[in-house]
Amino acid sequence: MARLNPDNEQRARDLIALYPHPRSALIPLLHLLQGQDGYLTPEGMEHLGELVGLEAAEVRGTASFYDMFHTEPVGRYLIAVCTNIACLLQGAYELLEHAQQRLGIAPGGTTADGMFTLEDAECLALCGNAPCATVNWRFFGDLDRARFDDLVSRLASGALDAEVPPHGTLCRVRRTVGVPAAGSSVHGAGGPRAEWHARNGSGPAVPPEAARPGAPADGVADGVELDTAATTQAVAALGRADGGGRR
Amino acid sequence: MTITDAPRIVTARLGRPRSWTLASYLEDGGYDGLRKALSMTPEEVHEAVNVANLLGRGGAGFEAGRKWGMLAEATPVYLVINGDESEPATFKDHMLIESDPHQLIEGALICAYAVRADQVFLYIRGELALGLERLQVALNEAYAYGAVGRSILGSDWSVDVVVHPGAGAYICGEETALLESLEGKRGYPRIKPPFFPAAVGLYGAPTIVNNVETVSNLPWVVREGGDAFAALGEGRSKGTKILALAGHVRRPGNYEIEFAKASFRDLIFDPRLGGGIAGDRDLKAFIPGGVSSPWLGPEHLDVLLANEKIAEVGTMAGSGAVTVMDDTTCSVRAAWRIVRFFHRESCGQCTPCREGGGWVEKILRRIEDGQGRESDLDLLLDVCDNISPGVTWPPAQTTICVLGPSIPPAPASAIKMFRDELYEHIREGRCPFPPDRLPRSMARA
Ligand SMILES: Cc1cc2nc3c(=O)[nH]c(=O)nc-3n(C[C@H](O)[C@H](O)[C@H](O)COP(=O)(O)O)c2cc1C
Ligand code: SF4
Ligand code: FES
Repeated sequence: MARLNPDNEQRARDLIALYPHPRSALIPLLHLLQGQDGYLTPEGMEHLGELVGLEAAEVRGTASFYDMFHTEPVGRYLIAVCTNIACLLQGAYELLEHAQQRLGIAPGGTTADGMFTLEDAECLALCGNAPCATVNWRFFGDLDRARFDDLVSRLASGALDAEVPPHGTLCRVRRTVGVPAAGSSVHGAGGPRAEWHARNGSGPAVPPEAARPGAPADGVADGVELDTAATTQAVAALGRADGGGRR
Repeated sequence: MTITDAPRIVTARLGRPRSWTLASYLEDGGYDGLRKALSMTPEEVHEAVNVANLLGRGGAGFEAGRKWGMLAEATPVYLVINGDESEPATFKDHMLIESDPHQLIEGALICAYAVRADQVFLYIRGELALGLERLQVALNEAYAYGAVGRSILGSDWSVDVVVHPGAGAYICGEETALLESLEGKRGYPRIKPPFFPAAVGLYGAPTIVNNVETVSNLPWVVREGGDAFAALGEGRSKGTKILALAGHVRRPGNYEIEFAKASFRDLIFDPRLGGGIAGDRDLKAFIPGGVSSPWLGPEHLDVLLANEKIAEVGTMAGSGAVTVMDDTTCSVRAAWRIVRFFHRESCGQCTPCREGGGWVEKILRRIEDGQGRESDLDLLLDVCDNISPGVTWPPAQTTICVLGPSIPPAPASAIKMFRDELYEHIREGRCPFPPDRLPRSMARA
């Protein structure tokens, strides 16, 4: 696949409709494209350019600035091992060295079967659970060699498929309401957004929700029940139930 | 004992079952702050925040109320929440986004109401996939509940909120780079002046940029009043602060502590907080406010945790990231890794930052690898001086943003505090700490 498929193209139009200027949607669109193909193809970037009114080179110019975007194929699982200061102090380089041996690749490399890419990453904001890694941006903290091996085996066997989607998938939750739900174009009628949408035949994705004060919404999670057992121990550092450290 | 019984403000709901859901948020009085704000005028909300003296929690510590007061009169006005958290060893916003996204949304809405913003963007670091998912679910819930969108909570005020993912670039935490990124461009910081996005921001329109933790305080401030907030802490530093404690402590984690009442000693050693140095080793040094800040040693343990107190000893509170290093830590390796980060993340617009970072990184690496020369310390300081003349604190700036001037503090601290250790590397031809070599194949990128 190369260009956005029809479903993703509609998602792209919905995203563009959220912003006062189409170009602002470019990074979310690049994530969408990367989610479709696992990396950014030239045809895909050209398609994004058509959608937001940019040359393909301008799209690539933006994409190439950002570390999360890959213009070459990467493995199904991108394992990013943090080696920054807090993790370094907890043995991150030893962990990375072990990861290299376990996977048989150097940082930046991909295994021959296309399953794993390894990265030597900057701080992942999980420093309370150092050393840590992300797999396709899902967090795994308090790693050691054994836990790393276990993680790799579980990924390879598909046991973590629900937790860790294939590389490129960022946010599995769709927005269920369009802009301007608030009912006013911030640029006024005829401003850049209205004009652009008139030209491109798009608009708010979903009609604005009526205000229902008092009643919690249900079913708005768009089908994704986020079971985060494996990844959220990460954030529960404050007031640890065990009242003590892990060492 | 100096740990006070001040209430937790931003982390009160942490650890509640499914704390990120609307149902759980409403059980704890969620959106009551917004409801109360809507019964006030925007000016009254702004005044409450002035009274609270809420300092920005993103690093610079600028008063939120004062920033809002600098907003240029024009339409539209944008509000952008900075959730790009990438400063090494900082992990507080990550936690707030994942565990209490509704608090963030409510805080952003209160801010939007006070500054009369026309649209709100929550710029969230791209790597925080779970946070992005939870926040988007929460926002969908909040729309359906009527807290966002048209006629908010039955009032005649309407505003839209957009969750916007970043894509992996530390520099996009700098507010003008963040705005460029939000415009769909490369994240190059903008040349100043204009110094404040409040004058010229997103698409050239007046824009308020506030940190996630900053606005997460607002529901409490509005509910309890600016006075109640200002009753906590002392001097300029009011309220509480999340300190992200990491490194060689028994209990790393985020701790919300009343400003100006506890010291670094409390944070690191109190059994309810850091619990002391892991393995009962000795404290060598600690980084008090993120890796851009000059380091402190054991003699500074009694400095109180307050922005101005930390500034008095020649460093900064920054984002509240405290990183502890025990006596097995190699200062060269630590400084090298920090500089390597800045070199990697430099956007490349300014020569001192783009080139200087690489030079300092190479020199530190060769010292660590046992290839250092006696003249290397002077050379390091000379390069640092070219990046930030005088190598003073706060740093002099030759560059478009302060990423460049963030390079010298770590190596300068290592040289100042552990000069003998650097010479030992050079004279012995190896690192005196185990393991004595960084893996050769690594760290080349
Ligand atoms: C290199 C650099 C990185 C920054 N990273 C962040 C960040 O990740 N998060 C943040 O809130 N502020 C960051 N800042 C500070 C912002 O520019 C800005 O001051 C802040 O978001 C304002 O919010 P506050 O007033 O609420 O603190 C960074 C600044 C610089 C120079
Ligand atoms: S100081 Fe560094 S990061 Fe900042 S604008 Fe200059 S080159 Fe870019
Ligand atoms: S230093 Fe590794 S996650 Fe922050």
